Amino acid sequence: MRSIVLAGLCSAVLLSGAAYAQSGAPIKIANVAELSGGGATVGNNWKNGIDLAVEEINAKGGILGRKIEVSHADSQSNPGVARAQVQKALDGEPYVLLGPGYSGSVKVTAPLAAEAGITQIMGGEAAELTQAGNKFLFRTSFGQQSSMPKVAKYINDELKAKSVAVVWVNNDFGRGGRDVITKEFNRLGIKVAADLSTEAGQADFAADVSKIKAAAPDAVFIYVNEEESARILKEIKRQGVTAPLIGETTLVGQKVIELAGDAANGARGHVGLTTDAPVEAVKAFRDRFVKKYNYVPDHNGLKGYLAIYMVKATTEKMGKVDSKAFADTLHGLTIKTSTEPNILMDVTFDQNGDIDRQGFLVEVVEGKQVVKQVLPKLN
Amino acid sequence: MSNLLDLIVAGLATGAIYALVAVGFTLLWQTSQTINFAQGEFVMLPAFLMLAVMHLGAPFWLAVLVGVLLSALLLGLAFKMLLVDPMLRHGVLPLAIATMALAIGIKEAVKQFFSAEASPFPSIVPAGDISVLGRAISLQSLGVLAVAILAVVGLTMLLNRTSLGHQMQAAAQNPTVARIIGVPVERMILLTFLINAVLVALASLLITPIYLAKFSSGEVLGQAAFIAAIVGGFNQVRGAIAGGLLIGVVDNLAAAYISTQYRAAVPMLLLILMILFRPQGLLGRAEERTV
Repeated sequence: MRSIVLAGLCSAVLLSGAAYAQSGAPIKIANVAELSGGGATVGNNWKNGIDLAVEEINAKGGILGRKIEVSHADSQSNPGVARAQVQKALDGEPYVLLGPGYSGSVKVTAPLAAEAGITQIMGGEAAELTQAGNKFLFRTSFGQQSSMPKVAKYINDELKAKSVAVVWVNNDFGRGGRDVITKEFNRLGIKVAADLSTEAGQADFAADVSKIKAAAPDAVFIYVNEEESARILKEIKRQGVTAPLIGETTLVGQKVIELAGDAANGARGHVGLTTDAPVEAVKAFRDRFVKKYNYVPDHNGLKGYLAIYMVKATTEKMGKVDSKAFADTLHGLTIKTSTEPNILMDVTFDQNGDIDRQGFLVEVVEGKQVVKQVLPKLN
Repeated sequence: MSNLLDLIVAGLATGAIYALVAVGFTLLWQTSQTINFAQGEFVMLPAFLMLAVMHLGAPFWLAVLVGVLLSALLLGLAFKMLLVDPMLRHGVLPLAIATMALAIGIKEAVKQFFSAEASPFPSIVPAGDISVLGRAISLQSLGVLAVAILAVVGLTMLLNRTSLGHQMQAAAQNPTVARIIGVPVERMILLTFLINAVLVALASLLITPIYLAKFSSGEVLGQAAFIAAIVGGFNQVRGAIAGGLLIGVVDNLAAAYISTQYRAAVPMLLLILMILFRPQGLLGRAEERTV
């Protein structure tokens, strides 16, 4: 009898230990981002934002008592490499997939994650990404279909421009933005004085800027990645183009300001996320980030940070760690700062995975982003 | 028309930098049959060396000085002694392949030890315009052009007007006879490696403020300079200069009047035509070696 009781006790202890190990096992999250190559600024900011959020959450005991474990893989800013890395990451059965940041890389990796039934929270902004019926794909920032109409409206209403030169990068991101904004310009009766396609990683913009000069537009809309933005801003200054320069986050980001120096002054853009936002929680995030990494992040740092808090809020809403139910829960979810302060601003996800949040119109003044207008959340 | 003038001035400025790099190509080929496929990375590295010195708190001028000295040491002396000398005895091709490996090594090392991201780099020429014949011309373009021309003129004078230059020419044209008449051939060859290292450091100083300091920026430069050297004439310094300026202008005009996507193909096309119809290049001479 005694031996039976002893055996029973031992089994109970062993079973409870196993159950403890199951519930206490870390939540595995895979990140695939542009850690080198042309998108290194994007990917490294995104990665650092993720690491900061994970560190904060783990320090407070994790999500539902489980720590987060993130693996980082480098897509080398190459869609082919991104696809291979995402496949490798999915083979490890992560709870959620994070990244990539480049729209082209998201486009080729999203079907893999959807097929595996794993939610992908990414940084891409091309309009088409969330219009393909993928039920597992979520944005961390505005898509072009939300941001471009606002930029076109600003160019029409505030600048009263009648002709605009459009400079775009010839990849999924650039082409998507160019298509949406030229459609908006047509609708508003604004003439596209020059339609200039540039290459990713392009170093020399002398010829492109000469064309802008020759077209003499009322404003220049620039939609290229960060490093190329810095190079073209320098060339624009070098050639003395004086028309207002308007863009999106990639024209007025911190890295662009650092690289372009004085040449970035005066550039204006619509940004969904900026560490200069007049929001206390964002300022506090910025301070924490600077303390840890010793530099001011751009919007990608914020996107990576928010991606992890999206995971936290969604999981807590479900009350369990369930990768299959994750996407369904996040669709239609509103995460409020009152319940999750580190989501920084109230945000709502629609059925396509697009987001609704407040946005900002900023101008670079003396090497700093200055918020000129706050655009409220729509719903 | 005014647009064309802007394009030509900007093209000449970039072309002058290509010329500096292309001259280095021809110098190394002439004296030691070294085809240096790491020449683009040689242009990228000095900027990072200068940035590293600046991070230690040194002022820009001192960083430039130390950067040029370090370039001479690493890209001149060490390159010759540790890579070219041991490999050259196995032939031109193994050495060329070794320089390709070196290019990858330098690129990855910079990515690893500095950053994969681009960094800003100060310009030695102030921003702004000056008016030339009623047209605003960028000071930076003119400055880059002026510094590059001065460097090339200085080098040409060294080669043609000084005893040292004549010794270098002799060492390149016929090392055996040069040795007999007392020319220190080995020292002359080393000198060309040091000159190449200084030229690439100068090119780095001029191009990096425009292209930004990035581990991958040597790829474009190396290719452009290589094409420039072939088009101009691989066995003549003046050929490399002409080739550099031509490629700079053609590249800019192609980007403006043909398409940005195909701009890289135009210099290549020029290269193919040159190989087919004038293999010695614009100013090169058939089967002759001279510096």
